[in-house]
Amino acid sequence: MTETIIIILGICLLLYVLLGGADFGGGILELISRGKASGIVARAIAPVWEANHVWLILVVVILFVGFPTVYSTVLTALHIPVLLVLLGIIMRGSAFTFRHYDIEEERPKAIYSSIFRYSSLITTFFLGVTIGGIILGEISQDYSKGFFTIYMHPWLNLFSFSMGVFLVILFAFLANIYTIGETREEEHIKRFTRIGKYLLIALVGSGALVFATAEIEGHPLFYEFYHSIPSMICFILATIALPFLWIYLNQNRRTRVRIIAAFQTSMIVIGWFAIQFPVLVKINDGTDITMQSAAAPKQVQLQLLIALIVGVLIIFPYMGYLYKTFKFDNKTS
Amino acid sequence: MDEFMAARLQMGVSLGFHIIFACIGMVMPWFMFVAEWKWLKTKNEVYLDLAKAWAKGVAIFFAVGAVSGTVLSFELGMLWPTFMEHAGPIFGMPFSWEGTAFFVEAIALGLWLYGWNRLNDKVHLYTGMVVGIAGVLSGIFVISANAWMNAPSGFDWVNGQAENIDPVAAMFNKAWFAQSHHMIIAAFSATGFAVAGIHAILYLKNKLEIHAKAIAISLAFASVAALLQPLSGDHAAKTVAELQPAKLAAFESHFETGKGASLIIGGIPDVENREVNYAIKIPGFLSFLAHGDFNAEVKGLEEFPEDEWPPVPITHYSFQLMVAIGMFLAALGIIFLLGSWKWKHWLEKRWWLTLLFIATPLGFIAIQAGWIVTEVGRQPWIIYGIMKTKDSLTPMPGIQYTFYTVSVVYLLLSFIVIWLMSRQIKMLQSKYQSND
Repeated sequence: MTETIIIILGICLLLYVLLGGADFGGGILELISRGKASGIVARAIAPVWEANHVWLILVVVILFVGFPTVYSTVLTALHIPVLLVLLGIIMRGSAFTFRHYDIEEERPKAIYSSIFRYSSLITTFFLGVTIGGIILGEISQDYSKGFFTIYMHPWLNLFSFSMGVFLVILFAFLANIYTIGETREEEHIKRFTRIGKYLLIALVGSGALVFATAEIEGHPLFYEFYHSIPSMICFILATIALPFLWIYLNQNRRTRVRIIAAFQTSMIVIGWFAIQFPVLVKINDGTDITMQSAAAPKQVQLQLLIALIVGVLIIFPYMGYLYKTFKFDNKTS
Repeated sequence: MDEFMAARLQMGVSLGFHIIFACIGMVMPWFMFVAEWKWLKTKNEVYLDLAKAWAKGVAIFFAVGAVSGTVLSFELGMLWPTFMEHAGPIFGMPFSWEGTAFFVEAIALGLWLYGWNRLNDKVHLYTGMVVGIAGVLSGIFVISANAWMNAPSGFDWVNGQAENIDPVAAMFNKAWFAQSHHMIIAAFSATGFAVAGIHAILYLKNKLEIHAKAIAISLAFASVAALLQPLSGDHAAKTVAELQPAKLAAFESHFETGKGASLIIGGIPDVENREVNYAIKIPGFLSFLAHGDFNAEVKGLEEFPEDEWPPVPITHYSFQLMVAIGMFLAALGIIFLLGSWKWKHWLEKRWWLTLLFIATPLGFIAIQAGWIVTEVGRQPWIIYGIMKTKDSLTPMPGIQYTFYTVSVVYLLLSFIVIWLMSRQIKMLQSKYQSND
């Protein structure tokens, strides 16, 4: 039962990366393309962004109901980067909506746009930093140590920052791939194909940076990948996907690019799950919080599972209808 | 300011901010549904314009409500990790259902806002209904989780650990029903009067049909809600009297236990001397309201050790303010219902429109006061009778700074939202003027 809940948690997190990530990436992409993408991004995101962000709320709820020590430990040790993520979420969500609904006027729109863009960047970066902190294992539960050791060191390090950079590029790349599919104008397609290629190169570079900084911080990430067969398979598949992405980007095969980009991202996320499993949060004294040690009592898990399964049965058809109406239906509104 | 106070204030600011947006996001879809339904029935384009004008406001309120709600789901753990570690598995069930309800709400709202030309009329209309129903369900789930903090159930507390957890019993705790109906009705009343008040002042300036229709729809909801609210409040108070006698005593600054206790209206509580000055006292009424019998015994604060008293003056003032506003809005509701029956052209009456305008913020002030009553009135407990708020505080120092940051962000956001609304209204006015 615990495994089933963990799998659902993983699916929610993956969907948040794929859907919510593209939404964060939209802001970053606007920043990279100096606003050239803003019309397309806004059209693509507006009807779905709020629904996409509910995945994060589900992740949080599953954690505090099903694995309460994970929730409390992470939010205590990584209080600062999480707070920065939250401030970013408030600012980008509000600015995006204000830009969409406020009356047409140059100056306010420009302000909303830059808040949306920069806060998308900052939010994604610190989300990556937070994930880095969870992976690295520098979280300390010895509260007699100083402020720096407990509240700064777990996330203020090269590895976590590399994770931040990696996530920024990954999300921008996803958004870029989705954006190409949203436009029919030759000029835009060219521009985003070019940006897509740069981002793909940057993605490989920052991926390498993540592995390198892990070694520097004394965390054998590559070794862990190498010694877990599922992670290794994911790693290989994600690597194999790279040339295909490049080729299909060049050929402007937008559907294939979308599918492969989503596949590659899924492999990265699933590969990460596989090396973590069954550890949920690494602690510096080796007393890692595992799936079993953090799990809530059986009857709680059962109720959570029922709520999640019923929830999924209700949500997915609705979600499908939302996407069918706005994403695969090219009637102009 | 100490860490503990800062953490409590940050939680209060975050909740107080979120509640306003959540209420509007929950109630407005119902108004929009009625406007759209009227449009489909009467083919009067004004109703369509109204639904679309409201929709823009709702999109803004809903988005800010959604992001501030997301923040709250983290803040609970960032500020009160010990509480969440113990309480999460017990009271988490309504949150997991709320996840689904909110998901449906967000999806249906997306379809409704952007689907005018993509969905057929009937589907579009009922999508609006789904938003409304899912919103109210989300509200009830969250309130039920809060009610558990006031009436903890569904577990045994053994040596500082919860055992035999029963999440279903926790969700349907003794306070969930009273708190839910009281809050949902409050949301309809506050939002209805706020919408009616804004359209009333606009109608005073410019007699447009769209404002008349807006006032009719919003007041229909608000007046019924305002009339139900005293009954709901009576049930809520009786529930508090049964479950949290110390909280009830703080509402009324009722220090000494006694039969035939007086209802204290207004006044300044003097905690040191255990008395209330300058108050109106109606003998026997507190006993009657709390227990349905003029002679019933009502426990005073003296029954409890002083370190388990909630802060009496804040609870007392907030409660008095909430009740006073509730009564005033109920009176407005009666005037509206009688007026609709007796007078034909009463939207021409200046005094009535002015009265409505004055009532614009009142419902929301009452909601804030009501949450202060619930939350401050539960202190020093975070889980009533089980865990003290101060024992669940995060060990992280420097919460003052996070409190200042969060407050500044929310204050700024509040100003921007008000400014945006005034711009929307100006645009609506000028659109109609150029049409005339």
